[in-house]
Amino acid sequence: MSIMSYNGGDVIAMMGKNCVAIACDRRFGIQAQTVSTDFDKIFEMGPKLFVGLPGLATDTQTVAQRLKFRLNLYTLRENRAMKPKTFMSVVSNLLYEKRFGPYFIEPVVAGLDPKTNEPFICSLDLIGCPMVTDDFVVSGTASEQMYGMCESLWQPDLGPDDLFETISQALMNAVDRDAVSGWSAKDYVIEADKVTIKTLKARMD
Amino acid sequence: MSERYSFSLTTFSPSGKLVQIEYALAAVAAGAPSVGIKATNGVVIATEKKQKSVLYDEHSIHKVEPITKHIGMVYSGMGPDNRVLMRRARKLAQQYYLTYQEEIPTPQLVQRIANVMQEYTQSGGVRPFGVSLLIAGWDMDEDRPYLFQCDPSGAYFAWKATALGKNFVNGKTFLEKRYSEDIELEDAVHTAILTLKESFEGQMTEDNIEVGISNSSGFRRLTPAEVKDYLASIG
Repeated sequence: MSIMSYNGGDVIAMMGKNCVAIACDRRFGIQAQTVSTDFDKIFEMGPKLFVGLPGLATDTQTVAQRLKFRLNLYTLRENRAMKPKTFMSVVSNLLYEKRFGPYFIEPVVAGLDPKTNEPFICSLDLIGCPMVTDDFVVSGTASEQMYGMCESLWQPDLGPDDLFETISQALMNAVDRDAVSGWSAKDYVIEADKVTIKTLKARMD
Repeated sequence: MSERYSFSLTTFSPSGKLVQIEYALAAVAAGAPSVGIKATNGVVIATEKKQKSVLYDEHSIHKVEPITKHIGMVYSGMGPDNRVLMRRARKLAQQYYLTYQEEIPTPQLVQRIANVMQEYTQSGGVRPFGVSLLIAGWDMDEDRPYLFQCDPSGAYFAWKATALGKNFVNGKTFLEKRYSEDIELEDAVHTAILTLKESFEGQMTEDNIEVGISNSSGFRRLTPAEVKDYLASIG
């Protein structure tokens, strides 16, 4: 029994043209038993900054709360919005603090720079090693499947609508091949002027 | 058996003043003059560094010191107290970088240093710092200069131009007349040196003043040769 697959769940983030998208499945299970079908793993940290926290569900909740805590204090102290790149460093710092007793989370960050609206995505491992990419990042129990789907479907400079289609197909087909993921998906497409949230009813099993 | 007092030595007087802080400010006012001027494209800080004897090796010790790549500091008051604060400032700046992988913004550094100074007015067995600091920084994100003063009380002020130390009242009056919102860095350095000259006894040379500038290329102390050029243009 692996701790990272105890609850199950996945997150993908993709880079588009002047936009980013981040999507997650919504299953919360205890090994084989599905307990809830509305457990979102993506949390809003700012109007244009989102973090996905797949892994052990208790850590998903705790890390989301602790990150928001740090972000809120930063915003109040510095009187400015946190850049996605800075947020990545905050997540990295938080995770490495628990280097020898880690949170069982492999986060994904997606957002736009508050001033320049430059898109940004990255992922980190459970002890905070950051990885910035310019195409896509995946994390979760169906990561191998997601890598396959993303590698085939993703192209550079997709517009918001095309990006939505691409990320949805990549996530849905990947989680369909994973027993502990699925039960519908939630997509966030983040543009300079708006965030579009869509819930997708996929194979409800 | 405690090795330090648990009570603060800085206590209120009946009139509501913290006398120790007043005395600390007096120590600052008796210190060597320093000035700071904010220009549109940078900040200049400068100080008098007069030594009591010709035997002193002037260029081995500096009063204008960098804290980070973009932030520098000068003081008026007790040198040893300044060294303690400088170490703390540098450490605080690096701690910030360790967490955020981003250079600390000048106002954030100032807040943290001022907090340190305040702690020493309310902690057991310690006295306030006998220095006022002038902190000059360039914010890369916002593309703008900052000039702050930190007092022994822990209060901090953002200035367009100011003077500290001996004769600071005259210095500030001089700056009030000379300062303009659109002053450029070159002019600001010129004006800063002139302000120091107002209270300078004797001949000002590149060996007995120190000047530092902070702009988009970062903070640096001017070399004696550069200071000499500025002095030459004053006459």
